[in-house]
Amino acid sequence: MLNGKKPKFGVVVFPGSNCDHDTYYVLRKIIDVDVVFLWHKQSSLDDCDVIILPGGFSYGDYLRTGAVARFSPIMNEVINFANKGGIVFGICNGFQILLEAGLLPGVMIRNESLNFVCKDIYLKIENQDSVFTKGINSKASLKIPIAHGEGNYFADEKTLNELEENSQIVFKYCTGDGSIIKEANPNGSVMNIAGIINKNGNVMGMMPHPERSSDSVLGKTDGSLIFKALVNNIFN
Amino acid sequence: MFKAKVLIKRRKTILDPQGKAVEIGAKHLGLKNINSTRIDKYIEFNVDTSDKKTAEEEVTEYCKKLLANPIMEDFEFTLEEI
Repeated sequence: MLNGKKPKFGVVVFPGSNCDHDTYYVLRKIIDVDVVFLWHKQSSLDDCDVIILPGGFSYGDYLRTGAVARFSPIMNEVINFANKGGIVFGICNGFQILLEAGLLPGVMIRNESLNFVCKDIYLKIENQDSVFTKGINSKASLKIPIAHGEGNYFADEKTLNELEENSQIVFKYCTGDGSIIKEANPNGSVMNIAGIINKNGNVMGMMPHPERSSDSVLGKTDGSLIFKALVNNIFN
Repeated sequence: MFKAKVLIKRRKTILDPQGKAVEIGAKHLGLKNINSTRIDKYIEFNVDTSDKKTAEEEVTEYCKKLLANPIMEDFEFTLEEI
């Protein structure tokens, strides 16, 4: 812990965010860290150690997912924070906002099936050294739900090569026993990509919702492993 | 065969929440002179006939019954022989 103090997480609230309260709840009650909401019009990050862009449908996802939220006043601070090495974690719509903001490479397009897909999927950890994953038992696949209509990650070949070379692909969709095959991919994303990290290793986006599988009351807790790993890796 | 280019516009008197939300982004970007953002639909397709009248009739029906909702939207289109 930071000089005996609990780390402080900030959950950004955009108009249309709808996973902000779930994320807040998990961080405070399950992970046991300090957490505050950060309204999108704020121009300060309130001395938070970690910034979370939560899931939802910011600005109605009009134009493109995350395209308008990316210009919310707080995003200037989030981008500065990220560029100075601050930890930024985008979940679902948060991932889409990070892509639009240029903090992560690539784009998100409509699911191949054209359906909004809401179900549990399995994730294989492809980068076991990131601050978000180090220390998680890598043999197991993580069972975490997705809920999105536009999670079909796409990037050009050059970008994909870079992602691979720099171990920036953190999560891939897989079967329950860890096989990365097309059938395990719920949205058609290129190379089964479910989550990526920036080159510096401090900004991550993922489509699945770890906050929805963190409380044992819900019958699954694999999502909490990511939050716990993050706290252990950067604060302990 | 014809290439049809259809533009579907929401009537000016009807609120366009999408345009309104996107325009907030323009304000945040610092663009001071942007107003009245409206987001319309542009649709392209081919019409496989050599008779222009038939093509016009079919495109009109497509627009009226499916592409546009005549209660709140107007449509216009061009046909270009290809």
